[in-house]
Amino acid sequence: MRFVYAFAAWLPRALLVLVAIGLLNFFLIRLAPGDPASVLAGETGASDARYIEEIRKSYGLDQPLWLQAATYLRNLATFDLGVSYRMQRDVADIIGERIPATLLLTSTALVLAIIIGTLLGIQAARRAGTWQDTVISAFAMLCYATPVFWVGLLLVLLLSVHAGILPPFGMSGLIPKSGFAAVLDALHHLVLPVMTLALFYFAVYVRLGRSATVEVLGRDFVRSARAKGLSERQVLRRHVLRNSVIPVVTMAGLQVGQLLGGAVIVESVFAWPGIGRLAFDALMQRDYNLILGIFFVSSIMVVLANLITDLAVRSIDPRVGRS
Amino acid sequence: MSLLRIEDLRIALPKGGDRAFAVDGVSLHVDQGETLCVVGESGSGKSLTASAIVGLLPSRSLRVAGGRILFEGSDTLRMSSRELQDLRGGRVGFVFQDPLSSLNPLERIGKQVEEVLRQHRWTGDHRQRVLEMLSAVQLPSPESLVEAYPWQLSGGQRQRVMIATALATRPSLLVADEPTSALDVTTQAQILELLRDLTKQHGIALFLITHDFGVVARMADRVAVMKSGKLVEYGTRDAVLRTPREAYTRKLLDAVPPLRAGPARPAGEPVLKATGLTKSWVTRGSLFRPGRTVAALKNVSMSLGHGNTLAVVGESGSGKSTLARVLMCLTGADSGQADLVGINANYLGLRSRDLATVRRNIQLVFQDPYASLNPRRRIGAAVAQGPLAQGEKPGAVHARVAELLGKVQLDPSAADRYPNEFSGGQRQRIAIARALAMRPRVLIADEAVSALDVSVQAEILTLLKDIQRDEGLSMIFVTHDLRVAARMADQVIVMQSGCVVEQGAMQDVLTAPQHHYTAALIDAVPSLPSISVQQ
Amino acid sequence: MHSWRIGVGAVLLGLITVMAIAAPLLAPFDPMAISGPPLLPPDASYLLGTDMLGRDVLSGMIHGARVSLIVGLVSALCSAGIGITVGAIAGYFGGAIDRALVRFTEFFQVIPSFMFVILLVAILTPSLLSITLAISVVIWPPVARLVRSEFLTLKTREFVEAARSLGLSHGSVIVREILPNAMPPVLAVGSLMVATAILTEASLSFLGLADPNMTSWGYMIGSARPVFRHAWWLSVFPGLLLFLTVLSITLLSEGLGDKSNPSLRGQAGH
Repeated sequence: MRFVYAFAAWLPRALLVLVAIGLLNFFLIRLAPGDPASVLAGETGASDARYIEEIRKSYGLDQPLWLQAATYLRNLATFDLGVSYRMQRDVADIIGERIPATLLLTSTALVLAIIIGTLLGIQAARRAGTWQDTVISAFAMLCYATPVFWVGLLLVLLLSVHAGILPPFGMSGLIPKSGFAAVLDALHHLVLPVMTLALFYFAVYVRLGRSATVEVLGRDFVRSARAKGLSERQVLRRHVLRNSVIPVVTMAGLQVGQLLGGAVIVESVFAWPGIGRLAFDALMQRDYNLILGIFFVSSIMVVLANLITDLAVRSIDPRVGRS
Repeated sequence: MSLLRIEDLRIALPKGGDRAFAVDGVSLHVDQGETLCVVGESGSGKSLTASAIVGLLPSRSLRVAGGRILFEGSDTLRMSSRELQDLRGGRVGFVFQDPLSSLNPLERIGKQVEEVLRQHRWTGDHRQRVLEMLSAVQLPSPESLVEAYPWQLSGGQRQRVMIATALATRPSLLVADEPTSALDVTTQAQILELLRDLTKQHGIALFLITHDFGVVARMADRVAVMKSGKLVEYGTRDAVLRTPREAYTRKLLDAVPPLRAGPARPAGEPVLKATGLTKSWVTRGSLFRPGRTVAALKNVSMSLGHGNTLAVVGESGSGKSTLARVLMCLTGADSGQADLVGINANYLGLRSRDLATVRRNIQLVFQDPYASLNPRRRIGAAVAQGPLAQGEKPGAVHARVAELLGKVQLDPSAADRYPNEFSGGQRQRIAIARALAMRPRVLIADEAVSALDVSVQAEILTLLKDIQRDEGLSMIFVTHDLRVAARMADQVIVMQSGCVVEQGAMQDVLTAPQHHYTAALIDAVPSLPSISVQQ
Repeated sequence: MHSWRIGVGAVLLGLITVMAIAAPLLAPFDPMAISGPPLLPPDASYLLGTDMLGRDVLSGMIHGARVSLIVGLVSALCSAGIGITVGAIAGYFGGAIDRALVRFTEFFQVIPSFMFVILLVAILTPSLLSITLAISVVIWPPVARLVRSEFLTLKTREFVEAARSLGLSHGSVIVREILPNAMPPVLAVGSLMVATAILTEASLSFLGLADPNMTSWGYMIGSARPVFRHAWWLSVFPGLLLFLTVLSITLLSEGLGDKSNPSLRGQAGH
């Protein structure tokens, strides 16, 4: 029942966010210098009057501003993200093809970063002040300060150009494979981009896991657990862990948007065929309608991720949504 | 053989502290089934002594530097961590001060009680034992309680759960560290009674730590008085309470105000009157839950006579602090009016910029001396702040700051220092000086001494009485402590759940309470045996 | 114990700042001009080599510090301004104002911020101004959240109520009583914003969204991508300097954060 409430509370907020993003998109087009129609056409349509006319009609650009906004939102509501005049295809179709690759990359990176980072952070907190804590914290700080694109290039230089053990780009080899071999091939290609993308988030979760655990270890109920005769290991497993995971989950939900931004960099470094790489290409070709579409679809992904984290927090913390 | 024997215990403080040992050469013993109360002010080392018994000291900063702790004949200081774990929660149960944070917020009550049984391999049926213990601590409907989460219980209920957990494995020793000081007076009395009954009934020895001589009088077989890590006095309850040998013990006992009030001083014309004050808080609901309304004040009226002190007595949630805040215009009232007689009739609901005269005439002294001063403002600036905000001339204000610091018995050089250089009692003096700087007619003290040690408390109360006499102040004294109210007040109003249930002269109310709640409050205050005259 | 972080961070950042200010004096060549043969590996006259057009890498790196530091500092200041204002008003006044501002903050926190920055800069055409503006618009939410939560706890402290009962106005209670006590953790997070802004600027220019009139580290690395397998010095050295800059700021921020924590913890009583 609590989860139904959670969904019902999430839905209006999610819709609000999406409407706001839609309006933001709408006004961004008008922020650009020049005629909105030629902006949407990627500034190529200027030579082709027919395209411009078509755009004017489908976006209602001859109508008053609020009607234009309404038309734009109505189109978004039916998943009509317009046409990429560069690629001569529906934006929604182009993005749809690219989503699985991005989901694979980002979710693998995030899950790895959360698990390894949080565990190391907890370990650092248990050994706070010792050499283990120092080593873990210092390593996290180095990862935190490393620019994502730079580390990507360094990894390619070291592991594919020099050592030659990992493929530097793409999602599959030149010779198409099938079945299990294809999966292995994709995994092989996944290693470098995931390492690159996960490094920064790994650092974030080490720091978060450490500070959350230090905080929980100082709470009174931990002392009560010790007074019941639990060993340090049992105290950690039964009482500390769940409490210190709550801020980690909350943070994960907030970071999905950032993660998609990171995907733009990583996918363009490794030529990974996802929406990040698509955004980069669209940027190079000034295909604004496509970028706007990617921004909107990414926002939908973020909003969905928020629902998932909200449900996760509720399943850990009985207080949320009750008191 | 004693159940517990502590011999010459020393606990070292980290280097650079104000003293070398937090606990310095303490020797104590507790016999089977008896209650030993260890009493002392903050910093006396009483809690650390208790933690050391089963190795619960915060290991990074403190270590045992010497001595022995013999429990049932074996030295716990030499035990392996495995042996200590078997002791904790098995042979020795623990109850801590703050029940609100002592339970894991994410686990159900039943599971948390049961955990101690599982840990110590209780042979009987676990669920049965949990239910048995929950009813032994007199919690309502144990069957549904095991499914509840901690936040669904009140503070008193949670402390009962902690006691149930501590006693579930039939320990031979229960260590209770200030188990009632975070609770309301009436709850406090019930919990103490429960602790006494259960320990006596099952022959469990009780090592009870407290700062409150009322608790000592009610609970102890024997008493140990500690000060700055050393044992000052040690003996049977009657010997320590009636014929204390040490001056320090006598000073502590003298500082406890008797539950007796003198006749009310003649009241002057009323200076502050309030009628029909009502205030409720609305908690925000969601789409599916309507918001709840909690009444904090229900039709409260009061009147304060010139030069008099009015005590507002009640437990947490009674609305007594809300009353103070409404009278101070720190929070608005829903209805009713307050009248600063002759100066500002019906001042509630004025906008903040029109409140200058109210601010000048009514001032407040707060509860927590550590929170009531801005840590980044020098003392002199803090005291001068009010008059300067009212547009007084800086030269005159500075002269007055020195005079006020003298009046609250602080050195004038205090003006140039920051709050963190002062003790709790000194900070409360500064807060009083800050309030007096506005030359108020009415001083409201909201639990102004309840965060202080008992000896400091007595000094502040004396100071306030002297100032009231010298300045002709009228005071409202908001407190949960009837002893303090009795020492200070001429008149009293007793509040419960937002209502005034009784009012009258302090002396009359104490000797002949009309309302059963007032009677319960008075009963809940432990009486101290009077000290006999020393030879 | 943690003061070494502040020390190391400050020295490192100090050196980089001096380098940025004195760039024309320190750089051996004009960073935008062709000063030698293309793709020369590091040698005695071109210490860190030359790029595809024959521009000196070391000179580019020295001048590139300017963009990073200006964008980092100005964006952090702007975002701190937005964050403190939003957070202080929301936390102090509470109620409907708070709920509205929290929604507003959440919106900026959940949108894919880097994509939004790309969009803004691309549409406004890349320049120092548009880059700084776009970064400021997206990085303020953590500051606002922190300031709000500090205000929520501090406003119930008795010294704040005391100030109100002494007749101080809302404005002076916010600015003179609460804000100074909220500053230490805000300073720590605010300095981390500098690092975030620098990294964001570098990523933008790596993707080609750079001010065409100024050299920047990200742009140097990004434009060298077609040849980076052979001419490793083009991406390794500017990246290293970028990494050291961000590291120095992170060290400073952590040091400040550790310093601010104990006092706050001690007084909040948890």
